[in-house]
Amino acid sequence: MTLTVNDVKRIADLAYIEIDEGEAKETLIQLSGIFNLIETMQAVDTSTVEPMSHAQSVVQRLREDEVTETDQRELCQSIAPQVEAGLYLVPQVIE
Amino acid sequence: MQWEIVIGLEVHSQLSTRSKIFSGASTAYGAPPNTQACVIDLALPGVLPVLNKGAVERAVKLGLSVGAKINSPSIFARKNYFYPDLPKGYQISQYELPVVQGGSIQIQVNGVEKNIRLTRAHLEEDAGKSLHEDFHGMSGIDLNRAGTPLLEIVSEPDMRSSAEAVAYAKTLHALVRWIGICDGNMQEGSFRCDANVSVRPRDTEKLGTRCEIKNLNSFRFLEKAIDFEARRQIEILEDGGTIRQETRLYDANKDETRTMRTKEDANDYRYFPDPDLLPLEIPQHWIDQIKQTMPELPQVRRDRYVSKFALSAYDASALTSSRETADYFEATVTQLPAQAKLCANWIMGEISGQLNKEGIEIAACPISPEQLAVLLMRISDGTISGKAAKTVFESMWSGELDKNVDAIIAAKGLKQISDDNAIEQLVDQVLAANAQQVADYRNGKEKAFNSLIGQIMKATQGKANPAQVNAMLKKKLAE
Repeated sequence: MTLTVNDVKRIADLAYIEIDEGEAKETLIQLSGIFNLIETMQAVDTSTVEPMSHAQSVVQRLREDEVTETDQRELCQSIAPQVEAGLYLVPQVIE
Repeated sequence: MQWEIVIGLEVHSQLSTRSKIFSGASTAYGAPPNTQACVIDLALPGVLPVLNKGAVERAVKLGLSVGAKINSPSIFARKNYFYPDLPKGYQISQYELPVVQGGSIQIQVNGVEKNIRLTRAHLEEDAGKSLHEDFHGMSGIDLNRAGTPLLEIVSEPDMRSSAEAVAYAKTLHALVRWIGICDGNMQEGSFRCDANVSVRPRDTEKLGTRCEIKNLNSFRFLEKAIDFEARRQIEILEDGGTIRQETRLYDANKDETRTMRTKEDANDYRYFPDPDLLPLEIPQHWIDQIKQTMPELPQVRRDRYVSKFALSAYDASALTSSRETADYFEATVTQLPAQAKLCANWIMGEISGQLNKEGIEIAACPISPEQLAVLLMRISDGTISGKAAKTVFESMWSGELDKNVDAIIAAKGLKQISDDNAIEQLVDQVLAANAQQVADYRNGKEKAFNSLIGQIMKATQGKANPAQVNAMLKKKLAE
């Protein structure tokens, strides 16, 4: 798979990262290098290997369904830039 | 051209756990903003999610009740998008290996049974809420709902009309409440539907381009949104146009759907396994344990009502619309097993009518199944007529005489006249006083018979046993 500068810009856009033309070209070279690496790895026959979904072979521990957290709103909101009526205020976003 | 509508539904059902899916914060509805949003829900640095056992159990229950495969291991993935009410910048969901895979649900539309296949059901966390008004150009964020466990139940595109989609949604709604995994409160958003709608020429295989309608929070809106959307697509196609794949919103005030976002600007969610969560193992012994705690399923009860009580499929479905209704029916019918149809009629008629009128659930019904059973026994043993029973019912409902059926019958003088001699006397009196009508009847005027019955009932204020009066009158007139 060959990546283009436009692909890089699209990915940056999705990730909300602002990059200029020079950075986009630079990133294209780096990402293409990673793609080449993946291509090399894909040449290895893994048909007999079971897929791994986590680096450690342990399983998820579960919590009992109990409420253990108390209201810490005041503490949490003490570091928020802006709050009002118990709400965190952020620049307006309407989808 | 004849068109066929193709519908698949995605239902987000909020699981009835006490705490959130990955944190120990409360999920109670209606708390002041952000008082139930802990550091994990806020995504502060350094926190880690720990999975709630109760959420997994509920997902497994759904899987067992629809005959699905339970995946073990099952894995969690990050679904990436940016929105202020999603503080992590991703939603923890499932992509590959959801907890529930496959299965199916039986629906009934106009007495016809249909099987709707499920694709999957996966666990995920809900987002918070954004409030856009009254904050001088800013948005207010309440993260109480962030991290609330959801089970997203995805169907195959197996429905062919809005009626089928509504029947499916209602059946699923009843099921999640029946097995106790979701309270089903649609006003509070505990059960939300998205509909995927496309159309294709009848008798063709290839699916048309679909549009997804988001956030339909009532069965009526679901039906109307699908009907509108199908009409919109058919009109475009008949005018030679093409359908654009997009997400649409239903506007209930205007009864129409409109574009929310098109595929071109749709998010690429960049799913990948969440490294913060290990693979979830659901061993068979745990599944067996969960199975032990599950109630008899509605479909099983429905079949039992048909075979054991000889009820129609329609009656059996109505009685199993909720577990509470089915339990009420069983508690009643135990007292008079030979009168199952009578019990069914009264529960679906008088009881459910009165409950609807007063807007209360059957659990809060002022008349207990045992009390109803006494009333029905008095009908079946001929003590009172069906009509008088309704009067007794009303008195019981309003709590008169401690809802004692026999006391109410006595106090209101509703006891039916069933004594043969008394009825014979009555019939003789009426016949003697209405010689003309007797003659008319004997000359072939059938109508005169009903008029005579009317006279007898009037003379007894409706208390004479109608079946006995009928038989006696026939006998006398034939003499």
